[in-house]
Amino acid sequence: MARKAQRLSFVGVLIVAVASSLGAQEAHVGNLTGHADAGKKLYQRFCIGCHGERGDGVGDNAPFLEPKPRDFTAATFKCRSTLTGNLPTDEDLYKSVVRGFNTSAMPSWAPLTAQTKIDLVAYIKSFSPRWHDEKPADVLKIPAETPVTIESISHGGELFQKLECWKCHGQEGRGDGPSASTLTDSKDQPIRPYNFTGGGRFKCGAENEDLYRIFMTGVDGTPMPSFNDVIKPVDAWDLVHYLRTLQKTRKSRENEVLKAAGGKLLPPKPEEKKPEEPAKEPENKGAGNGRK
Amino acid sequence: MRTKSMLVGVSTLLMSSSLMFAGTVSGKVTFTGTPAKPKTIDMSKEPSCAKQHATPLTTESVVTGPNNGLENVVVYVSSGAPDDGQVPAQAVTYEQKGCQYLPHVLPMHVNQELKITNEDQTSHNIHPLAKVNHEWNKSQPPGTPAISEKYEKAEFISVKCNVHPWMHGVFAVMNTNHYDLSKGGGAFKLPNLPPGKYTITAWHEDYGTQTADITITSNETKDVNFTFKAKAY
Repeated sequence: MARKAQRLSFVGVLIVAVASSLGAQEAHVGNLTGHADAGKKLYQRFCIGCHGERGDGVGDNAPFLEPKPRDFTAATFKCRSTLTGNLPTDEDLYKSVVRGFNTSAMPSWAPLTAQTKIDLVAYIKSFSPRWHDEKPADVLKIPAETPVTIESISHGGELFQKLECWKCHGQEGRGDGPSASTLTDSKDQPIRPYNFTGGGRFKCGAENEDLYRIFMTGVDGTPMPSFNDVIKPVDAWDLVHYLRTLQKTRKSRENEVLKAAGGKLLPPKPEEKKPEEPAKEPENKGAGNGRK
Repeated sequence: MRTKSMLVGVSTLLMSSSLMFAGTVSGKVTFTGTPAKPKTIDMSKEPSCAKQHATPLTTESVVTGPNNGLENVVVYVSSGAPDDGQVPAQAVTYEQKGCQYLPHVLPMHVNQELKITNEDQTSHNIHPLAKVNHEWNKSQPPGTPAISEKYEKAEFISVKCNVHPWMHGVFAVMNTNHYDLSKGGGAFKLPNLPPGKYTITAWHEDYGTQTADITITSNETKDVNFTFKAKAY
């Protein structure tokens, strides 16, 4: 036991050497301030088994895990309120620690004290020089949610077709689209698209706003791209409302509105139709989906 | 324990001289052995793209030409370049057409504008798997404007579209303007090199890198050839 402690402290010295060369890392969320040197000991207790002593995601447990633990040295993070390619905010990391990832072995660390969690966030930021070199990125602005109406849901269904979400997520959101079986993450590991029909919470949160944020900023390190440049906020809310109806078994305002409308989506508005594109593009697929 | 950063001064052997006395490096990139046969790409899942190719496309990771010429090799001055750090004003363009990247390998200068266009009737996602630069991933549905990006650091970046898994290409982000992409017979040319010592590097996405150290003394054309050993698989 003493030897183990000795070994750990040796590792600790190494990590401090690396960390201090990057400057003492801090993290800030609300009134909390996290310190990397405090986070180091906590990391060795709670995180090292999967994420590894160097934060590169190759801890002792990693070979047995799918998907693989995050490699903090790559500084690519899935759940961000910042635009694709940017570092997440301290709050994004903090929330990920609180929430855990229901799609992987990463548990929720909510029971830890707030100070423990913010210290861990500070330490995680010492694994890549990017945290030291870059200014914080802009956070995605999310305008107030539009009302949930059958029009909004129906238009969202059209967007689901137009943006070809179904190529990966499948026509019914089962995560079984034509490209699904070929998907790999940035480390060439197989990865599955989200299956909406399960009704479970999303990788990066449970609320409509989280869903909005996920497809606008993308899930970096995975095949899920950012749509922020190609979709207007009002359309993005329509898509959120439609996606909720794919979670058929989940109680939601969207499912109630769809049910009240007889379970059917409205046909596309005439001006939305593109006459120059003949019938080969199945325009009613969104509606067909709702009819089931 | 604080590591003090040390500055290592690198003295350039380069004498400043005008382009009047500039030399040229030119040559050929060839291969020995038998390269793996390009595989036929099945685009049946994307009919709007499949119909654009009279004969089905084949994989482009190894493209050969006459006389064992090796194409798509980035040949560049990796050290000693009279790099004035000038970023070309005009953008380079990366086109997605028929579910194929055009060109397959796109060299560009650090911080040069990179325009990415989608000419297809299908959505693509541009996912350059950068390791040194930032990794981002953007959707580009049909009819949307060109994506404008740039890379801050030199890197060979593998590019893919997750929706169409056969789509694969390379961004070659260079610290220099002295680069060329080998053409049909494997030919390349690096003009406008003042007298000096240079390291020329040839990079191929499957076969790796080779380097050659050369000295240009005056207004001469130096012949430099690279030979890669083909992998059979």
